[in-house]
Formats: sequence, C-alpha cells, structure tokens
Amino acid sequence: MSRLEARPEPSRAMMLASPLIAAAAMLVSGSLLFLFLGQAPLHAFYVYFVQPLTSMYGVGELLLKATPLILCGVGLAIGFRANVHNIGADGQLTMGAVVAGCVALYFDGAQGPWLLPLMILAGAAGGAAWAAVPALLRTRFNTSEILVSLMLVYVAYLFLGYLVHGPVRDPAGYNFPQSKMFGDAAMLPLLKEGLRVNAAFLLSLVAVAGAWFFCRHSFAGYRMQVAGMAPAAALYAGFSEPKNVWIAFLTSGALAGVAGVGEVAGPLGQLQASVSPGYGFAAIIVAYVGRLHPVGVLLASLLMSLLYIGGETAQIELQLPSAITGLFQGLLLFYLLAADLFIHYRIKPSRMAGAVARETVAS
Amino acid sequence: MNADYLIAFLASTAGAATPLVLASTGELVAERAGVINLGLEGIMLVGAVAGFSVTLHSGSAALGLAAAVAAGMAMALLFGVLVLTLQTNQVATGLALTLFGIGLSAFAGRDLVGQTVAPLPRLHLPVLSDLPFVGPLLFSFDALVYAAIVFVLLTGWMLARTRLGLLIRAVGEAPHSAHALGMPVIKLRYATVLAGGALAGLGGAYLSLALTPMWVEGMTAGRGWIALAQVVFATWKPRGLLLGAYLFGGVTVLQFHGQGLGVPIPSEFLSMLPYLATIVVLVIICRDPRTILLNKPVSLGQNFKAD
Amino acid sequence: MSDPHGPPRAEPRLRLLGISKIYPSVVANADVDLAVMPGEIHAVLGENGAGKSTLMKMIYGVTKPDAGEIMWEGRQVRIDSPSAARRLGIGMVFQHFALFETLTVAENIALALDEKTTPSLLAPRIRAVSEQYGLPLDPDRLVHSMSVGERQRVEIVRCLLQSPRLLIMDEPTSVLTPDAVQKLFVALRRLRDEGVSILYISHKLDEIQALCDRATVLRAGRVAGTADPRTETAQSLAELMIGGNLPTCTLAPRAPGEVLMAIDRLDLPSADPFGTALREVSLEVRAGEIVGLAGISGNGQLELLQALSGERRTAQPAAIRLLGHDVGRLDAAARRRLGLGFVPEERLGRGAVPALSLADNALLTGYLNPAAGMTRRGMIRRGAVRAFAQAVIERFRVKCGGEQSVAASLSGGNLQKFIVGREIRLAPKVMVVAQPTWGVDVGAAMLIRQAIIDLRDAGVAVLVVSEELDELFMMCDRIAVLARGRLSPAVATGDTSVDRIGRWMGGDFDEAVPSTAAPTPTSEGVAHVPA
Repeated sequence: MSRLEARPEPSRAMMLASPLIAAAAMLVSGSLLFLFLGQAPLHAFYVYFVQPLTSMYGVGELLLKATPLILCGVGLAIGFRANVHNIGADGQLTMGAVVAGCVALYFDGAQGPWLLPLMILAGAAGGAAWAAVPALLRTRFNTSEILVSLMLVYVAYLFLGYLVHGPVRDPAGYNFPQSKMFGDAAMLPLLKEGLRVNAAFLLSLVAVAGAWFFCRHSFAGYRMQVAGMAPAAALYAGFSEPKNVWIAFLTSGALAGVAGVGEVAGPLGQLQASVSPGYGFAAIIVAYVGRLHPVGVLLASLLMSLLYIGGETAQIELQLPSAITGLFQGLLLFYLLAADLFIHYRIKPSRMAGAVARETVAS
Repeated sequence: MNADYLIAFLASTAGAATPLVLASTGELVAERAGVINLGLEGIMLVGAVAGFSVTLHSGSAALGLAAAVAAGMAMALLFGVLVLTLQTNQVATGLALTLFGIGLSAFAGRDLVGQTVAPLPRLHLPVLSDLPFVGPLLFSFDALVYAAIVFVLLTGWMLARTRLGLLIRAVGEAPHSAHALGMPVIKLRYATVLAGGALAGLGGAYLSLALTPMWVEGMTAGRGWIALAQVVFATWKPRGLLLGAYLFGGVTVLQFHGQGLGVPIPSEFLSMLPYLATIVVLVIICRDPRTILLNKPVSLGQNFKAD
Repeated sequence: MSDPHGPPRAEPRLRLLGISKIYPSVVANADVDLAVMPGEIHAVLGENGAGKSTLMKMIYGVTKPDAGEIMWEGRQVRIDSPSAARRLGIGMVFQHFALFETLTVAENIALALDEKTTPSLLAPRIRAVSEQYGLPLDPDRLVHSMSVGERQRVEIVRCLLQSPRLLIMDEPTSVLTPDAVQKLFVALRRLRDEGVSILYISHKLDEIQALCDRATVLRAGRVAGTADPRTETAQSLAELMIGGNLPTCTLAPRAPGEVLMAIDRLDLPSADPFGTALREVSLEVRAGEIVGLAGISGNGQLELLQALSGERRTAQPAAIRLLGHDVGRLDAAARRRLGLGFVPEERLGRGAVPALSLADNALLTGYLNPAAGMTRRGMIRRGAVRAFAQAVIERFRVKCGGEQSVAASLSGGNLQKFIVGREIRLAPKVMVVAQPTWGVDVGAAMLIRQAIIDLRDAGVAVLVVSEELDELFMMCDRIAVLARGRLSPAVATGDTSVDRIGRWMGGDFDEAVPSTAAPTPTSEGVAHVPA
C-alpha cells in the first residue's frame, strides 16, 4: 500500500505543472458534465472552450471579461502572498464603480479629457477606501480581515441597490433600477471598432507589469513574502505587519475599484443594480490558480474569462444552464488544491524490508 | 405599533436565528477540533437546494430535511478529504468549497425557481401554545427551532462532560500530542467536520423550507459567513451561540418589520444591519488579544499529518 | 502498584535487533542492537541528532522501523501504535510533554489511559500513586498553571498508573533543577528495585554515571558501543559518544569595557496567558564580556529575549538601553541599526525562512548593514545579496549546495552557523544569542562557540541564554539565573559553582526577599523547590 511522504524540498516542477494539471482535469470533468446533461461531449466542448476564440469578436469578449479578473487577481495575489486575505474585492469593485459612476453623473454633459482620468482615480480611491476598513480593523483590533471584507461586500451591494432605486435612478428609465447612461466623455475608449474591449484592458496589463516588478525587485515585496511564509521571521527582522496589511488592502482595493470603473464606463455604460457577476470572487480562484504570480494571474484570468464566455455561448447555442460556469470555477480551484499536494508530498510505496512479523501485538 | 405586532416581530426572530444556530453549532464543534471550514456558505446553499428539491418532488418535508443533511455531509466530506487526507490549505479549500457550493446550488436549482412548497408546520403544544402572550411568543414554532436549541445544549454537554468532548478538545489544542497518546486525530476531525456539514445543510434547508419556503439563488445571503463570526463571538463556547444567533435574528428581522415599527430608514440600509452588526461584534470580541488567546483552539487552521 | 515480576531472568525484557529507520533526507537509525534486562536502568547515550528519540519512538509504536526486529520478553512483536506498546507494558515519558494545557491533571491522564475511565474516578488513584513515589499531584489543577517540573510528574504518574514493565524516559532532566533531579532519581531507583526496566535517554554523562546500570551509546544513528557507566570515566564515555575527546574552549581573562546594554528594572507581563511575567529584571552587559543566562525554558527566557530583540516593546522606553539609547519602544530593525545582533532559539521559521534560499535569508537582517548595500531606494540589489551570503558560507564553513540552496535543506548545525554568521557579519556591538548549540552537531557547536568568543575578544558585549550549564561555564565571564521571571545577580564564573547555580535555578538567590513572594502557584509547602 502506498502512502504520502513529505518531500525534502518543494518540487519546482510541480509548482509549474499543477495549474496545468488542474485545468486539464477541469476540462475532462466538463466533458463528463456535458455528457450527463445529454450533450455530445466533443461538440459541447468545442462550443464552450474553442468557439469563442475563433472570431475577433470572441477574442475581444475574452479580453473584456479578463480585464476585471486581472485587475482584481493581481491585487489579491499580492495580499495572499503575505497571508492577508482580501475576500471583499467584489465589494471594492462595486464601490469603485459607484464612486466613478457618481462622478460621471455629476459631470453629466461635460466634455474634455479630464473626466475619464478623474473617474479612474475616483474609482481607485473608492475601492481603496472600502478596503481600508478591513485593513484598519485588522491592524487596530485584530479582527479577521476575511470576515470583515466579506460583510462589506453585502453592504456595498445594498448601497448600490439603494442608489439605483432612488437617488441616481434615471427618471426617463421606466422605473428600472438603473442610472442614466453616461456621456461619451465618461466612457472608456474602445480598443478596436466593433469590439467591446476597452482601455481598461491596457490598464490591467500595466498592473501585471507593476505587480511583477513589485514582487520581484522591491524590498516591500520581499517583506510581504516573508510575512506570508514565516510571520515569526518577519517580526524577528523588524518588518512591520500593519504596513503589509495596509499595502495589501489599499493596492487590491484600488485595483478592484479600477475594475469597477472598467465595467460601468465600459460594457455597462451606466450604474445598474448589479455591476459584477462575482468577478471579485472569481479573482480569488484566479489568484490561486495563477500561483500568486502576476503572469500566472494573467493566464489564469484568460482561462477564467473563457469559462464565463463559454457559459454564455453554451447557454444560447446549446441551452446549457449558465450556472455551469460557477461549477467549473469551483472545480478548477479544487483540482488545483489537490494537484498542489504533489508539490510538497510524493507517493511512496511502503517498505516491508527485513522484519516479517510472526506475532502481532495489536490484535 | 401594537402588542400583536410586537409579538409577531419577536417570534419571527426565532425563525431568523435558527439557521445561524444550526450552522454555527456544527462549525463550533469542528473548530474545537482545530478545523476551520470557510465553506459554510456553500454547504448551506447546497443543503437548501437539496432540501427544497426533495421536498418538492416527494411531498415529504422529513425526506427533504434528510436530503439536506446528506447533501451537507457530502460537501463536508469533500472538504475533509482535501484538508485532512490530502493536506490542502484550510482557508483556500474552504473558499473553494463556498464558490463551488454557490455554483452547484445554482446549477441544481435552475428549474426550481418560482416553485413553492408548504412551509414546515408550526407545532401546537397542548396547553402551552394556547397561553395568552407567551403562547404565540414561545411555543408556536416549528420543530426545527426547538431542535436547534436542543442541539446547542447537547453540544455544550458533550464537549464538557463526555469522553468524546475531551478527545475533541485535546485534538483541537495539540493534535501532535493527541496523536502521540494514540488518539485517532484524523478520524475525530473527520467526524466533527461531517457533523458540521450535516448541521449546516440542515440550517440551509431551514431557509428554503421554513423561513421563505422557496428556492432562490444565493438565498443564504452571507449567513454562512455570519455563522463563522458567531463562533468567534461566542468565544468557542456553545452557550454563547444561542445569544449571538438570536441577537442576529432580531437584527435581521428588523429589515422586514422596519416600516411596521415606524422606522423611517430606507429598507436597503436596514438590510445592511446584520452585516454591520457582525463587524461591530467581531471588533468587540477581538480587540483584546488575550480573549482570543485564551479561547481559540490552539491548532485552529493547522493541518495535521502523522509521520 | 507493580508486583515483582518473578526472579530475575537472564532473558532481556526488551531486545532490538538490527533496527533501522530511514527518512528521505537523513538516516535516523541504522542496524541498532539493544538489550534491556528486568530491574535495570539502561542509559541510551548520545549527542543531539544521534538517533535516540527516533529509536524510542519505534519502541513506543509512534513510528515503525524500516528494518529489524523487536523482541519483548522472548517473543518477537510488532508494535503498531502507542496503545499496542502500552498493552505490552511499555510506558514513555516524552522529552516534550504531550500535555494539554487547558485541561486538568485528571483529564489529561484520563485521555492518555487506555481504559475508558472518567477524570473523577481517576482522581483518588492519581493522589495515591503520586504520593507513593514522592511526586505529589493535585488532580484538579489545570496544567497551564503548573511548573515544568510539576508537568513532568503528570507524565510520570500517567505512566505509572498503567503498571509498566518498561519505562522510557526521554531526556527527563533537561527541564529540572538539580534538586528535582535527585527526587526523580529516588523514584526511578524505587521502580528499578520493584523489577521495572527503565530506558534512560540522555546526553548528560554525570547523571548517567550516578543513576544507570548499563549504557548503550549511539553515534550518528548507529551503536558506538555498550558500557557500564559506573566503571567508565566521563572521558571514555564521551569518546564513545563523539568519537573523540570532549572539546573545550578557553577564555582569556579580559577587563570588560563600558556598559553597552542595560536592562533596568524591567517589568513585563507575558503576551501568552500561560507564559511567565518578568519582574524587576536588571542586568548590565559590558563591552568585551560574555554574560550567560542560565535557567530552564519557561522561566521567562522567551519574554526577555523578545523584549531585548525588539519583537516585543516595553512600556518604559528606558527599561532597555543600547549604547546609551533608550530602546524599549523600538522595533527589531531599529535596534539592529543601533548595533544589536540577535540569534533566536528557533532557526526555521524565525531566524530563517525555511522555503527561501540562503541568499534571500541573508537579506532578512542583512539589509540593515549599510556596507553590504543590499537595498537601494527600496529596491533589492541581488548581486550584493548573493555576495554577502557567499561570504557567510565561506567564513563559517556552512555545508550547503551554494547560496541558492533552500534553508530547510540544511542540517541544524549548518543553518545555525549561517544564522550566527549572518548576524556577526552585521558587525554588531551587542550580540544576544539564544540556545546557540541546541540540536547542533559537535563540530558546528565548537565553531559557533569560538565565533562568539572571538566577538567578545573584539570588544562586543555578548549575552548568551542557554539551558546547558556546561556550555555557560565554558564560555562565560559572568553568569546569572532566570527563575520564574526574576533575575539573579550576575556573578563571575570563577566565583560560583554548578551546585550554586542549580540552587539559584530554584529561585533561591535573594536571601533578603523570600521566594514565597512568587505569585506562581505551587502545590508544595516548601516554596523554594519548584519541582
């Protein structure tokens, strides 16, 4: 009988391979799921995972949906490396959207190139401010940042709901809970005519580069890495834990806020009752699958985006329920966690060398 | 605001509290053994959809509740295998379980939206229910409300007075010492995790079978997370769970009775109250690090592997 | 409690034949033979890392041998678990106690016994047995309120309640004052006279000579030889243990300079509710001297080291002074900038990050050395980091796969050399070292001790905290004792003796203030003997 045995050193090969193994396992499970739902697996597989990539528009959608995932994921990864768990990115995204949206509505009708940068800054500030609460409560009062940031997600959702049902509701909108459409000056420029992907995607690439540089070359990044791996060593070295918490939350909050701007000043074009189908939570999966590395996050975001798009395509073409997307996302993370096992352990057949028991005591 | 209305308000607190009582009790037992399950939200949703679906198709609420328990345990088993046998990180796995549960429940419940079942019947106790005032206030609930309270009291007794409780406490403090003494650490943790899953599934089913007898995607609305906070609020002692859950029940119900009680705040803000209250409560408990140090099971969140 | 097990037979009660245990990164035991007779106290002797604990774990069923046979009273057996071992009649008192702090004595023992009994039923039996062997216990006390010596009694009584025929004691005296050691020996001799076999694991030669009938010596996982400790000399036993003479260092006498570090009436509550509070601790350490802090862990060492290093801040800024500055409110980085070096007790996880390379670990405190230039404007300069790490590796002969090798892959001794070397390369003016040679092989231990002495000779003020009295007497100019959060006066090594320090470890160092002022509860009437 084999058993698990600890490796003397973590396996670098497995660190790179496990996200790939997890993705492969998810794809296989997906095919089985299609079969279960009465679909021809190969065809459904094609519609879900391949078809979106075959047209320019599909690629545009892929990048569009990847943008908020990259922005949130990069920020979350920085925090997770330091064992700071920001689970409230979706709330920060929402508040970023709210603040930017209010700026857009306030300056409704204004022209001029200053509006968009102002909105982006405002959105970043809104997200960062919303993230500052769990940071403050953890550093001052030792409260779990997981629970606090999570509670604030629901508060943010409700606040948005209040706004679009009341103060910012479009009077000419037939009582739908949504604001007026933003003016042209308040909308992010599209990257290519005919596609919906906008300049926020470029911002996300900048974020990836910035995060990589931060983690690899900055001393602050090193401090956060040590704090995540060995908190006692960080204390011994005189690294400030509160500083790490603040950096993690303000960065991920600001990035999530920018993601929010990307949504409302992009494909949505207005404030609605919901501005995110759970990007902030999907970003958690993206961060882990991307091995907490900015480039990995980029790649994982593209995969996750494909899951979203494929779900929509499959719903239209194959009448598959859109809820499959959530299932796949969860499966992907499970497989990754299981595959990660082999980074630290390996299977060893147990030895029966030498001694042959003639009498067992425990009978 | 009249007396009848007040009684109705107070009585509805019990309904709102019961899912929290159930889920937090199960989680408390698991945490006393050293395992933190952040997947509660996902388990409750899966329990809710399982309970609703089986009740709808079979016509029996008892079968539905049993299905919810089974579904909760299945989710917990998945968590257990990953964390206890495959040694995955407890925080990440719990989050994964929640996300998976949200997706799975939405998927399983896609055809159930808009359907209803008869809510769990309220018990009519012979003399007690007919008492004026006290009758409708205390003695007219469905069976699960009382069962939840019994579970909490049972858990408290079990932890403090039985050998099983002693084993759980020992494992939660020092699993390696427990193992060295020959205690089956992994088996015990499996047992507590599965019990936690069963109760969380039951708590979820209460939502879809009694509180608002229908299925809506994401209907737990964060209750799983609040249940986790409740365990901290109760400083890992069962007797604190009842107080916490009923307090939260009251706060939650405010949003429905706000207008009736003459409160002039928009309903969205009333709805925020449970979440804000959770934050406040956490700050109060966690401020003094000694409170946590003295009460939190030492090995909470740490995996155990025998050499 | 235990009945005489028949007239002494020639048959060993326990016999190990060719036992081996191999882990992925180290061979813990290879081809070990061992024989223990009834009514015998048998020592298993060896340095840290010789494989003693692993061998005992196999006898007690915690791990299984990869090769070899175990014979119990003439029959071959397989010991699958601790409860199987207990069923045979084997009991074990671990070096690191398997006790649960938040439970009572009776609850702890109830958990450890195989019979399903309740704490309340056990209480009278606990009282009776503990009194019988001169190690009295109160069954209803919470373990966290007990001293380390008292906790060991719980472990021993737990074993005794199961009428063992073989009792394994793993480094029992590392946590006891000399007085408590004698009491333990009385109990052990009594057990031996009743026919119980005792396996006594230790590296303390004088104790083994005083107590044991036979000794098996382990070196690097193998049996180096067997001996009768009473007829051997410390020299010959040491030779078996380490394959050579016990090395010593010598200190050249030196007049100390000015005070570089001062602790002034430090009062500090413990951050851990089960820890020890420091009270009125005062000490001065001068340039060019080594002051040793003796005492068993659990008497405030952890708290004092945290306060000195900056990992914990003190209420009074002036309670700790470094080179004339009040540093009580400064963090670890700020204190290093002022000239403090610190080597902690825990290597992996505190002194070094296990998963990072040696180079990255050099950066952990090396960034504070302006000459090394490891950071500039918030950015890391990897070339400088690598050069620094490489220099430490060479100077301190750290055996590793280069500066990119991961810290966790080094042996205890080599990692300790690296950490000590890193701190020394920061050119501190004050150096604090905790347990410098714990778990370190003899060669590395000597190198580390010499490096510390070299620091002293260069004018650095050094404070060494250690549980090994021999080491302190070897290296220190002055010695003080930390007992229950209070610090004794520091006396010149030449003016004191192991006996006197041993007594001080019981808290009995201040005739003017009786030790019964201690708030820590004990169950005995005589307060100055804590265990």
